[in-house]
Amino acid sequence: MEPLTWTGALGPVLTPLMMAAVALFLLALVANWGLSLAGAKSGEIAYENGQAVLVSRSPLDYSMMAMKYAILLFLACCLAYIVAGMAIPDPRTKGIIGTVAGRFAPVWIALLVTFALSIWFKRRLGLYGKLFDSGIGMVGFAIVMFWVFAAIFGGPLDLIVTHDPLNQISGLKNEPPGSVVPNAAEDGYYPYYLLGGDNLARDVFSRMVEGAWEVMKIAPFATLFAFMVGITLGLPAGFYGGRLDTFLSFLANLILAFPVILLFYLLVTPEIVETGIPVYMAAVLFLFPIIFVSVMINSRYYTQPGFRTPVLAVVLVVLGWLYLSLVHQSGTKIDFLPAALSGLDLFDIPGGILVVFVAVMFVNSPTVFRIVRGLTMDIKTRDYVAAAQTRGEGVWYIMLWEILPNARGPLIVDFCLRIGYTTILLGTLGFFGLGLPPESPDWGSTINEGRKLLSIYLHPALPPALSLLSLVLGLNLLADGLREESLRD
Amino acid sequence: MGLFFLRRLGVMILTALCLTFIVFFLTNLYPNLEKLAKTQGNMRMTDAEVTQWLDNRGYLQPMPVKYAQWLGVAPGWTREFQQDGQTVVTGRCLDGAVPAAEAAEAPRFCGILQGDWGYSTVFRDSVASIIGTRLGLTGYLMFWVMLLMVPSALLLGVLAGMREGSRTDRTLSTFAITTTATPEYVSGVILIAVFASSAVGLRWFKGTATAAMENPNFENFFLPVLTIALYGMGYIARMTRASMAEVMTAQYIRTARLKGVSFPNIVMKHALRNALIAPFTVIMLQFPWLLNGVVIVETLFNYKGFGWTLVQAAGNNDIELLLAVSVVSVIVVLVTQLISDIGYVYLNPRISVT
Repeated sequence: MEPLTWTGALGPVLTPLMMAAVALFLLALVANWGLSLAGAKSGEIAYENGQAVLVSRSPLDYSMMAMKYAILLFLACCLAYIVAGMAIPDPRTKGIIGTVAGRFAPVWIALLVTFALSIWFKRRLGLYGKLFDSGIGMVGFAIVMFWVFAAIFGGPLDLIVTHDPLNQISGLKNEPPGSVVPNAAEDGYYPYYLLGGDNLARDVFSRMVEGAWEVMKIAPFATLFAFMVGITLGLPAGFYGGRLDTFLSFLANLILAFPVILLFYLLVTPEIVETGIPVYMAAVLFLFPIIFVSVMINSRYYTQPGFRTPVLAVVLVVLGWLYLSLVHQSGTKIDFLPAALSGLDLFDIPGGILVVFVAVMFVNSPTVFRIVRGLTMDIKTRDYVAAAQTRGEGVWYIMLWEILPNARGPLIVDFCLRIGYTTILLGTLGFFGLGLPPESPDWGSTINEGRKLLSIYLHPALPPALSLLSLVLGLNLLADGLREESLRD
Repeated sequence: MGLFFLRRLGVMILTALCLTFIVFFLTNLYPNLEKLAKTQGNMRMTDAEVTQWLDNRGYLQPMPVKYAQWLGVAPGWTREFQQDGQTVVTGRCLDGAVPAAEAAEAPRFCGILQGDWGYSTVFRDSVASIIGTRLGLTGYLMFWVMLLMVPSALLLGVLAGMREGSRTDRTLSTFAITTTATPEYVSGVILIAVFASSAVGLRWFKGTATAAMENPNFENFFLPVLTIALYGMGYIARMTRASMAEVMTAQYIRTARLKGVSFPNIVMKHALRNALIAPFTVIMLQFPWLLNGVVIVETLFNYKGFGWTLVQAAGNNDIELLLAVSVVSVIVVLVTQLISDIGYVYLNPRISVT
């Protein structure tokens, strides 16, 4: 069998079109610059029913139009690749690009459904719905959701990946994209390595998709927990001020003054894991969500003990159980459940992931603390806080039910940015080979492996690098869109 | 002002002490010491031999005592041996085994307060000289990074912020967001792939900066500089843009416009100075992040500077080198914070420290 080409039979049709689109765009761009430098103005504008309408077009407007249509043409070609990839069954006809696009078929469908539903109901969806009014926000949301769906469908549902990300097939070491898997039919393998093989003859494409799942497993949750820690400590620090604030701020600045990589090297090495410090840190840090939730419920329903007590009891039992099964790991320093009760331990997080999780959370929470503290100091002078105090509300009620909801805008924006930053940190850990096992398909480790042979073989390092770049970019754009829309109110 | 400065200095010293103690504590945990003993001595040492090895080198003293010795506020440890029929002494302040008479004349205190940074177990050289050379190399790198990053970031930010919402603003902001979203290990890999790999064919630059330590030139030094600069640039540019956009909506700019001042004049003479206050502090606070970038880039491009030393020291649990590295980086971070605070006060007449 022949190895796949990049574009397959679609190439002769679509490639010239895409080239033409790029050329047209560049020409129009140069023309636009030239015209505006030469002092050309856009055509006459008239207002009809409150909307601006161009009455006559000047050359400047025509160059703008050309740019717009060039972009549309380019996007149409990309769409053609996706549709062809889903419609044509034979990989040889649709080429590598078409096949990869086709493998992501569940993701495209899920994206389409998400967008259709969200845009249909956007007036009823609050801030989330408003996101669909901003172009940048929609692009960012699309990229982020692409990777979320890719992670879910590729990881636990096993739909997108073509090979086992850890499986090595001899003869495919560093082979270029589109290589044919020898004896695929007999061994029951997918017949191609779509994006080539890496240094250990594993499929780069499958590892990239699995890497998305590795990131999605850790980054959002680590960020969420860091937020809980930051909020639980930042609210009282900003509200009370004084000694408490000085002390907590000092601690936060202490962690922030550490070079992140040094901290990772000190926390995530096997020797430190052996001493149990990360497990103890996990035991302390994971207490904060419980404190946060229970104080929140208690302060809200304090006046209705009949309702509060059962709810609080149920919540505490459930969260406490989750906490204990999370903290208890047989074989580590925190191993307190007797063997007879081991059924109570609901799940075990693999040691490497827990350490990475804790390290990332630990690095992120001081920044969240500082943001929450600043917001609290600002909001506590507002009238509605004074009104709540006059009503005789408790301090924690004011913090959690008056101040926190009013600080949500900046916090949501920062949450998106921070997931991106956490992804970068995870990649950094992988890049230095810390924490996660070396064969783990996460993007950082894959980049680290691929970079060693970068000057000869590009294909193992580039896909994870570009994936990480696009995910973080998507999160940044999403945060920008959210900021714009939340400022608009 | 004096009181403010003194207070900040006190907090700084306290922070530095706490941080170095944390590093000291973590590097001196027993599993780390065991690994050190096995890599320095013999991989097949028994547990008793490891304890013996550590004890002979003063590693098994209580943690606060060791920390005080390293700091130079407690006398260094000494230990007497019988060797060739006479008493010899080894100790923290002694170079190998020396006769008792000579040992009595050696200084009793030798910590960083006395200027004795210790001895690196990985590089087998004195820590002070290693840090000196490596910092020099990294300083050179940082100089060029700053020279590339700061002007281009300010230019980007001012161009984007002077007409908020315009097409130039949209384009430049997207570029800035893209660079902040690209960590160094991604942009470095992409830059090497495009400009240095034989697979693409554009072999404009070298993919490694090892030669740049001796003989830096554009070909072998530009990619590492660009990689660090790109990541920091986006952030500074966005801050500059925000500050510029805010200044452009101020009353006095409107007054100037209504007076008939030309747009370039408004930007250059009226807006620019006030718009650059915020970016100044941002640039100063970027130093800790640059330190991060330096570690990644020096590893990626194999440029044996300060960041590379950090990785080597941390990877091999070279305690004294690691401590020196953290002291230096913590001082860099704290001093830049102080400078940014003081600079902010001087640049912004609306804020005073008293």
